[in-house]
Amino acid sequence: MTAVAELVDFDEVVATYDPVLGLEVHVELSTNTKMFCGCPTTFGGEPNTQVCPVCLGLPGALPAVNGTAVESAIRIGLALNCEIAEWCRFARKNYFYPDMPKNFQTSQYDEPIAFNGWLDVTLDDGEVVRVEIERAHMEEDTGKSLHVGGATGRIHGASHSLLDFNRAGVPLVEIVTRTIEGTGARAPEVARAYVRTLRELLKALDVSDVRMDQGSLRCDANVSLMPKGATEFGTRTETKNVNSLRSVERAVRHEMSRQAGVLATGGSIRQETRHFEEVSGTTRPGRAKETSEDYRYFPEPDLVPIAPSREWVEELRGTLPEPPEERRKRVQADWGLSDLELRDLDNAGAIDLVAATVAAGAPSGEARSWWVSYLSQAANSRGVELGDLPISPAQVASVIGLVAAGTLTNKLARSVVDGVLEGEGDPEQVIESRGLKVVSDDSALLVAVDEALAGQPDVAAKIRDGKVAAAGAIVGAVMKATKGQADAKRVRELILERVNA
Amino acid sequence: MTDLIRLTAAELAAKIHSGEVSSVEATQAHLDRIAAVDPAVHAFLYVDAERALQAAKAVDEEVAAGRAPVSPLAGVPVAVKDVLATQGSPTTCGSKLLEGWIPPYDATVTRKLLEAGTVILGKTNMDEFAMGSSTENSAYGPTRNPWDLDRIPGGSGGGSAAALAAFEAPLAIGTDTGGSIRQPGAMTGTVGVKPTYGTVSRYGLVAYASSFDQAGPCARTVLDAALLHEVIAGHDPMDATSVDTPVAPVVAAAREGARGDLSGVRVGVVRELVGEGHQPGVLASFEAAVRQLRDLGAEVVEVSCPSFDLALAAYYLIAPSEASSNLARFDAMRYGLRVGDDGAHSAEEVMSLTREAGFGPEVKRRIIVGTYALSAGYYDAYYGSAQKVRTLVSRDFDAAFGQADVLVSPTSPVTAFRIGEKVDDPVAMYQVDLCTIPSNMAGNAAISVPSGLSDGLPVGLQIFSPALQDHRGYKVAAAYEAARDAAQGGSLIHRVPELEVSH
Repeated sequence: MTAVAELVDFDEVVATYDPVLGLEVHVELSTNTKMFCGCPTTFGGEPNTQVCPVCLGLPGALPAVNGTAVESAIRIGLALNCEIAEWCRFARKNYFYPDMPKNFQTSQYDEPIAFNGWLDVTLDDGEVVRVEIERAHMEEDTGKSLHVGGATGRIHGASHSLLDFNRAGVPLVEIVTRTIEGTGARAPEVARAYVRTLRELLKALDVSDVRMDQGSLRCDANVSLMPKGATEFGTRTETKNVNSLRSVERAVRHEMSRQAGVLATGGSIRQETRHFEEVSGTTRPGRAKETSEDYRYFPEPDLVPIAPSREWVEELRGTLPEPPEERRKRVQADWGLSDLELRDLDNAGAIDLVAATVAAGAPSGEARSWWVSYLSQAANSRGVELGDLPISPAQVASVIGLVAAGTLTNKLARSVVDGVLEGEGDPEQVIESRGLKVVSDDSALLVAVDEALAGQPDVAAKIRDGKVAAAGAIVGAVMKATKGQADAKRVRELILERVNA
Repeated sequence: MTDLIRLTAAELAAKIHSGEVSSVEATQAHLDRIAAVDPAVHAFLYVDAERALQAAKAVDEEVAAGRAPVSPLAGVPVAVKDVLATQGSPTTCGSKLLEGWIPPYDATVTRKLLEAGTVILGKTNMDEFAMGSSTENSAYGPTRNPWDLDRIPGGSGGGSAAALAAFEAPLAIGTDTGGSIRQPGAMTGTVGVKPTYGTVSRYGLVAYASSFDQAGPCARTVLDAALLHEVIAGHDPMDATSVDTPVAPVVAAAREGARGDLSGVRVGVVRELVGEGHQPGVLASFEAAVRQLRDLGAEVVEVSCPSFDLALAAYYLIAPSEASSNLARFDAMRYGLRVGDDGAHSAEEVMSLTREAGFGPEVKRRIIVGTYALSAGYYDAYYGSAQKVRTLVSRDFDAAFGQADVLVSPTSPVTAFRIGEKVDDPVAMYQVDLCTIPSNMAGNAAISVPSGLSDGLPVGLQIFSPALQDHRGYKVAAAYEAARDAAQGGSLIHRVPELEVSH
């Protein structure tokens, strides 16, 4: 065992080295059935209940291609500005692994369905980085191994393993970038922004659940360092098990510091697969890749080539959602946003959410305000992405509507939103259970107003003399007395009525 | 009483459908025959008498109720090569690795046989995973040729062919990757057909080499083969390589051919398949057969397919390459043999121990060859070059079919050899497939029909048809068969020696 080298401070890393990234994203398609058989693809079923002779690789069983998966793959390719192959084939990737039923994965090799594309990603400060896409290809997922008796579910030390083949054969599209160079200190941020933008795009295409926590979107981050000015890439590592956008950024950042540490002590980087540890934010070595494994790819003889007609491809192009950049421009015009406001909205990853909230009936200003400020803070404090908050745009729109109708004050509205985030149900249910309805019964309010006026006769006199601004003090007192449940606007009206009566 | 086991399938079907004979009687007669001669022949790996009789009874009830038979072969017994999945019955592929495996599903061919009301007697012996030319590679012991029990019946489908020649079944299913239906047909004096690739579903056929494998009918007459062909052929959405075209009219072609007129038919003799390495008796039989075709009115021309000389070598790179991947699934994780599962071995070690213990030497040889041929740095030289040869073979066929309606050659350069004779010489064994492999390379259709005897052993005439034109070969084969029987004074198959019956 080699001693673990010290991590190098990130600023020092980027002063000495240029990082080179390569990102491989696996997307599980949300088709009803698997890639090559009719089994359902729903997540979370009892182990081995969604299987058949085909996806179990029983002797004699043969694959038949899921047309919807091909359609999704083409749409993904088009949305990534790729060329779509006029003719392509599946290939067998041969290697033995217990959770892979046939001991080969039906994938694509030198003939991917989509290739040569790009995706523009916007960083936090508005800088746009173009990420080149090498290819997007179709393949099938493997089953899952559950190692029992060892530490933390790892195979090392396990007494036995259980296999679940429900996931075996679920359609995947693997999207591979070309090397991303020249991003320097922003490399971790670029990695995160790329996966985020890709995720938004896939969501808009409606081809996948894109749930990183459930593995329907998985990112492998290839990272290497080369000394500044060098032209030859350093040895890369591939980090897997990166299960959130935040982890993508952390994993790249950590790997840069770790590799610099190894290099600083005169060591060399091993080409290997590493696993990201969510808790510590570090990576640990997995399977060593001393040489690139020989997968003995060859064309899958059980399937015929796929030759998507140009008419079909154009028809699918017509089904694409608006490209993100054009959408941003349109949204800016529609909602009358300044460049800065648009950037805030984009950085928060809130455009889709605001649009959906507006679509649910809310004015764009309020919708934007909720998502960019209050809900963004909530997401930050919970360490999740905005879109992963357990509140829907429709629920936000409903809260906004209740405020507009005077049923909720802004303060109460925040409490309602908190309740929804805590899983207490829809806004209406939260209002009910938390007793948050605005006090709108004037008689109850009048008592409070009278008490407040009586308590501060000097202020009452000022108001009577026409110093209307002084009413604020009374409003405050009433709000305090009603524990904030009164509508401040109505309280002010009542105060003026009472004083001038 | 007629000897039921010696009838053709067509004759037997007619008797069953007319009520003259029950399917149960016919089935029982074959089961009795199996019990009597199979200890010597060893054509079967598994016989399910109960299930067969049950299926036969169902057909008899239909007949008794006056309903039309569900197919022309309803009630006729059939033997199935043990490489096709049969739900509820063991399917071993002649390997220890699958000993005891009972498929939870039926192959499409199996399903079609059941739906057609045929009576499945059991599963026939074969070279392990269909890799072999003599059935000596079966993990369960060799099958013996009914013409001479010291000799091999051909392979890999020696069990199906021997079952026909021993009158244990009137019909059988085989699979043909490099000649495994036709070559045993030739060596046992029976008819074997490799249909056009993609016309009979491969779903449930345990793959040896996916791009070559094709199931087909085995019978004692051309008409019987055609009847079985029409039962098992047809498009299957479960097999992506299945072609969606109507089944070739092979029964009509066989009946037409039996009238004995081949005028207007051009027959091409493939120069490269008639020459060196063939036994003189095989060549003599072939020349006599060609004369007979000419007498039937066919125009005979010579064609040349120069790339056929490379076909054997190319086949023995591509087929093992596919096999190395197809057989990777036999890893002890989900079914079949499991060795070393004692808590002391890892899953990977169990996989390795199981494959070491479960595969026979020929299977291991082909997995190793195929693994090598696909390896980085060797792929282009081996797999890649072999695929180019494959293209050349197809082009040669195309050119030859431009000059002739069908092509002919001997099916096998040799007659049945003695058990053990070639086991230590794999290359000599591979060369037995010399004449059959080109058709698998190109994916077209080919029939082997008996062309007489050489030193008392059967010889086969092979007739190639262009892809999807299977009926052409049937017509020529049926015409030849009728003329041969007329010339030789009766059906060849009835000259098979009486087998000693065990009681």
